[in-house]
Amino acid sequence: MTEQAKNFWAGVRSEIPLLIGVFPFGMIYGALAINAGLSTLAAQMMSSLVFGGSAQFITTQLVREAAPGLVILLTIAVVNLRHMLYSASLAPYLASLSTRWKGLLAYLLTDEAYAPTVIHYEKEGATPFGHFFLLGAGLTLWINWQISTALGIFLGAAIPESWSLDFALPLTFIAMVVPVLKDRPAIAAAVSAGVVALFAHTLPYQLGLIVAALVGIIVGTLLEKRQSPDETSPSVGTSSPEGTSPSKEVS
Amino acid sequence: MNIWLVLVLGGLITFAIRFSFIYLFGKFHVPDALRKALHYVPPAVLSAIIFPELFIRNETVDLSLDNHRLMAGLVAILAAWFTKNIFITILAGMLALLLFQFFL
Repeated sequence: MTEQAKNFWAGVRSEIPLLIGVFPFGMIYGALAINAGLSTLAAQMMSSLVFGGSAQFITTQLVREAAPGLVILLTIAVVNLRHMLYSASLAPYLASLSTRWKGLLAYLLTDEAYAPTVIHYEKEGATPFGHFFLLGAGLTLWINWQISTALGIFLGAAIPESWSLDFALPLTFIAMVVPVLKDRPAIAAAVSAGVVALFAHTLPYQLGLIVAALVGIIVGTLLEKRQSPDETSPSVGTSSPEGTSPSKEVS
Repeated sequence: MNIWLVLVLGGLITFAIRFSFIYLFGKFHVPDALRKALHYVPPAVLSAIIFPELFIRNETVDLSLDNHRLMAGLVAILAAWFTKNIFITILAGMLALLLFQFFL
């Protein structure tokens, strides 16, 4: 098997556990979209045009409330803002690709494609054909999102909520994040982001997620600086102003 | 606004956000400090997704034993720690959740 195919199929395989949670989610979206008064075609096309679960759910809700188009667009932008973090996080690994490749991979860059891909890159580093991993993961998710949307449109949600299949998503993320927690800065980044997320979860439009992630990134970066004594600045306290600047750029 | 216009523009906005840094990174020099900081995106983002799913029940933080998702999540964290295997972790977490819901 070529390196391209190997990476591609590894990406496909990495996506399978996430599908347990994504598939019922897609069906619920399809059912809700029809219920909110969207046409069959519009409901289905939103899954390929916007291709982002949270944004689609909120859009559906806003269409039901007959919100103005501009409000819907603004909401989509804010809800998907977290993807800018993913874009920045994967960008170093994709820097050498052609614009066409970058465009295709950016289109496929959802939460569920980002997670296994970045974990893959953290483990393997940048390899010549690593982007085929993202392609495999992204396409697998895309195809299943389209199919589950269609099933939801025509059959309704169908899978009983009591099966708790949605729980498979956080479980998969747990399986991915635990092996990354190799040193104290990483653990501190994870715990601080998690705790902030609990306090910030009342913020609308997934903004809590962004705030929490930024706090985690800042905490991790500061701790890493403190641990490496090769810094020119002798005092630990003075390192904090520089420490916060890079993560501000991320936002 | 026409729904199709909303969907097309919404798609373009989403794409522009996802494309932003991937597009820009090849064009400019990126400071090392930023590159280093980006390594903390995965643990920070994933935890920020996981924590509310486990701890929040009925809109508040629930630390009680009745919070089955928290208990099942702890089982999954242990499974992930010791096995480093995704399928075992999911299986352990889902089974734990079903058992807790059934017996507690």
